[in-house]
Amino acid sequence: MSAQILFYISGSIAILASLFVVTNKNAVHALLYLVVSLLALAMCFYLLGAPFAAALQIIVYAGAIMVLFVFAVMIFNINQTDIDREKHWLTWQSWVGPSLLVMVLLAEIVFVILSNQNWSTNPSSAVQIELVDARAVGTLLFGPYLLAVEIASFLLLAGLVGGYHLAKELPKRTTKDGGR
Amino acid sequence: MPELELMIMIVLMVATLVPIAAMLVWFERRLLGFFQQRYGPNRVGYFGILQSLADLIKILFKHDWIPPFADRPVFVLAPLIGAMAILMSFAVVPMAPGLVVSDSNIGLLFFLAMTSMAVYSVVLAGWASNNKYAVLGGMRAAAQTISYEVFMGVSLLGVVILSGSFRLSDIVLAQQDIWFVVPQFIGFVVFIIAGVAESHRLPFDLPEAETELTAGFHTEYSGIKFALFFLGEYLGMMLISMMITTLFLGGWLGPWLPPFVWFVLKTMSLICFFILLRAALPRPRFDQLLEFGWKWMLPLALLNLVGTAVVKLWGSF
Repeated sequence: MSAQILFYISGSIAILASLFVVTNKNAVHALLYLVVSLLALAMCFYLLGAPFAAALQIIVYAGAIMVLFVFAVMIFNINQTDIDREKHWLTWQSWVGPSLLVMVLLAEIVFVILSNQNWSTNPSSAVQIELVDARAVGTLLFGPYLLAVEIASFLLLAGLVGGYHLAKELPKRTTKDGGR
Repeated sequence: MPELELMIMIVLMVATLVPIAAMLVWFERRLLGFFQQRYGPNRVGYFGILQSLADLIKILFKHDWIPPFADRPVFVLAPLIGAMAILMSFAVVPMAPGLVVSDSNIGLLFFLAMTSMAVYSVVLAGWASNNKYAVLGGMRAAAQTISYEVFMGVSLLGVVILSGSFRLSDIVLAQQDIWFVVPQFIGFVVFIIAGVAESHRLPFDLPEAETELTAGFHTEYSGIKFALFFLGEYLGMMLISMMITTLFLGGWLGPWLPPFVWFVLKTMSLICFFILLRAALPRPRFDQLLEFGWKWMLPLALLNLVGTAVVKLWGSF
């Protein structure tokens, strides 16, 4: 029972933090809320019986990818003018479209939850915990989902090649415009 | 009441770890003095043992100043994140059979996750200070930690393959025949180097290199917030020593003496080794640091992983 309460608390934190991510005017503060949201999601994974996924969520998303994001935004030298411009852009008209789309999604989720007989008749079984450890994740990833793993690694390889291409040292040209 | 026991355990842990980390500051200064043929702080109390207490009192009475150009909430939050993240990871370290806050089945991953969260402290401190030296320090910290985190994780996988578990007490018990430092010697060396880099200790303290960046990411910090960064650094050194002890040096295992004493002895000798490193090695250039990481440590850690996997599979046929 206490696990269920913890789950709802971390779920609400995730939702709130995600809301702050989209509404915050300061890019670094928004990123920090995104980190909080990812951590709360990791907590949800853990409570749902997937400790391995939870740990990877923190290590990979919150600990590595988001650090790179913060790293990049840090170099942009954000000041008050940027924040004011952001404030200028985020008018209420710009919220209408996304809000409508999100409402449709919300309606779908509510519909799915309500139409599921098992959950609607017995709400306490909404959170059913089955422990998925590292071994199970491994056998699934390299068994039935091998193709998906390979496709994901191909995507990453493309990113790697792109990064190499951008950072590659160009051969020095000896033209008239000063060899640049 | 298991919950009450757990709470007492946590409070006891924090109440012992934090003063020990403070004492380490004095211990390090004395030891450095010894290595360099001078006395070090020896005025306050016997052998200067109360030096840290005197420093603490001084630092508490300092004006807790926040620069007007800083980003206030992030500036205050940054030192807290570091100290908290490192204190959290002590929860999974087994110091003796049963003497652990949470013997989690993802203990090793939890440690890696918390060390990767500790980066934010340095990066955000650098950014929130709004000072060019601090930002440079923060950027260096981010690049350094992300690079060294990669093969820190990879170097530990050999240990995980041999013991077949992420649970730290299982890893200790798997070393009853032979400590993992022997079959996993490459992993051991890589992990030590990565550990020094992760805790920003000399010779890898480029984010706060005083000769080029004044004080790096904590240039604008003073008073108790600065003390928190300092505490985080020494707690980090303790944590890395404890993890090396647990993962490679057999944890609490050892003959004659009680398990906890063995654990403390091994950890203390590793801490002395880290302090000796500080006294002995010069600081590399930043590009050398990253090159060394990606071109030497990562391939080495990967080779170690493949080799361990091959040996393990060979044995199972």
